[in-house]
Amino acid sequence: MANNIDLKPVSEFISENAPERFIYDMPAEKHEVAISTKNLQVFYGDNLALSEGDLSFERYKITSLIGASGSGKSTFLRSLNRMNDGVATVKGNIMYRGVDINTKAIDVYEMRRHIGMVFQRPNPFAKSIYNNITFALTQRGVTKKQELDEIVETSLRQAALWDEVKDELNKSALALSGGQAQRLVIARALALKPDILLLDEPSSALDPISSAQVEDTLLELKNKYTIIIVTHNMQQAARISDYTAFFHMGKVIEYDLTRKIFTRPKVALTNDYISGNFG
Amino acid sequence: MNAKTADKIATGVIYAISGIVALILIAMLAFILVRGVPHLSWHFLTSPAKAFEAGGGIGIQLFNSFYLLILAMIISFPIALGAAIYLNEYARKGKFTTIVRTAIEILSSLPSVVVGLFGFLLFVVKFHFGFSILSGAVALTLFNLPLLTRSIETSLAQIPNLQREAGSALGLSRWETVIHVILPAAVPSIVTGVVLSAGRVFGEAAALIYTAGQSAPALNFADWNPFNISSPLNPMRPAETLAVHIWKINSEGIMPDVSAVSAGASAVLIIVVLLFNFSARKIGARLHQKLTSA
Repeated sequence: MANNIDLKPVSEFISENAPERFIYDMPAEKHEVAISTKNLQVFYGDNLALSEGDLSFERYKITSLIGASGSGKSTFLRSLNRMNDGVATVKGNIMYRGVDINTKAIDVYEMRRHIGMVFQRPNPFAKSIYNNITFALTQRGVTKKQELDEIVETSLRQAALWDEVKDELNKSALALSGGQAQRLVIARALALKPDILLLDEPSSALDPISSAQVEDTLLELKNKYTIIIVTHNMQQAARISDYTAFFHMGKVIEYDLTRKIFTRPKVALTNDYISGNFG
Repeated sequence: MNAKTADKIATGVIYAISGIVALILIAMLAFILVRGVPHLSWHFLTSPAKAFEAGGGIGIQLFNSFYLLILAMIISFPIALGAAIYLNEYARKGKFTTIVRTAIEILSSLPSVVVGLFGFLLFVVKFHFGFSILSGAVALTLFNLPLLTRSIETSLAQIPNLQREAGSALGLSRWETVIHVILPAAVPSIVTGVVLSAGRVFGEAAALIYTAGQSAPALNFADWNPFNISSPLNPMRPAETLAVHIWKINSEGIMPDVSAVSAGASAVLIIVVLLFNFSARKIGARLHQKLTSA
């Protein structure tokens, strides 16, 4: 029809026959996969909050999960170390080191020591800085003072907090600023020497300077940890991550290398989201 | 009438109402203290009561009140703590939880004289505890349990869920998180609740009249063997408390200085309860400060 005007701005990169979804298939011979999900479905009661979340995450890389509020990205992240247990029903497989960790037989407490998590709001315990880090270790039988001292120093250094707090390790962690507290929480998770670190909008409650410090910390950690991060901040995703997954209405719409997602997305919806047309 | 005037009137009325509440309290306290404090002396606080002559004190009653309070707290605190932990940390919505909650609510609304009579029938008569500190302590436990449970539960509920998530994200079990993270963080407010409830228990009379009894036999304060009948620690002896003593001498006291003893005892009771209330706040604030700073 002659006067049919398409109001939807479509990027020049998006071709007429663009796919509706694109999931980067990580070939096992080229990439070392740290954790992957298959047929993941999450229900809140009868409500399906997330479906078809099939993703593989490469080891020692940072993967960002982006999408509007309610798109299912946090739900997905929290399913990875079973933090949704008792909150939601998670169906499907989560493969970690060749084992499906989404089964009853898995000791979730042990598993979470391999797959650590940091939340949106800093949540240090009402304990000293030192004890915040050592507490989970002492509960698992690490009691040698020298060993604990070393772990405290190493993890605080990794989280780029050591220089700021080394003289007041016995001070209450509740007296730290938001940015410091968040880095302490990261250090606390690192003290358990996890494989994978899940971060749920770790810097959205922080001011820009603290946020930048947390980002620097994550880039440092990349050499030793697989990091999966949920973020609302598109610049942050573009700056720090190697891969990006775009979630929309409980589905992964596009998953690819970050530079591809942010320069040449294959799906029109992704393009709309990253160029700010919705969300 | 415009919005501004309406607001002014409303503010004025609210101020007046709050003022009246404060005034009632102050007037009552002033009345009791002005009447009672002149009669207070070391002798009055430490010597035993006299039934027929002037110059008796409230020493034994005072001791009984504290002893009963401590025993009641020793029995009720662990139970209340356990119930509160269950309700706040473990219970899911369901029939059982609803039943427990309803039970606690009903128990907390029972008139204390009913609790006392129940204690009399069950512990004093049926279990042959007699009028004793033990019967009294158990009755006080029944009276105190629901209030204490509710207050501890509130303290636990105030600890943000972030702390529980932090615990489980570190691979700690729910029990480890509750014991080592949630409880320590809730300690200031739990302590405040315990001390406040101690004040309530200290002033309780009706639940004790028929359980701990209305007599205060002479005690030998040199004998601390709980099995001796004259030992202050013996849990099987009858023990009139300060609150019961006030009730009793006002209804049937025949000593010549009955009004002075009553006024003095009331003043002591009020002072102790006030001390509990003020120290509850102080201790709570101090503990909180200790946890959150240095």
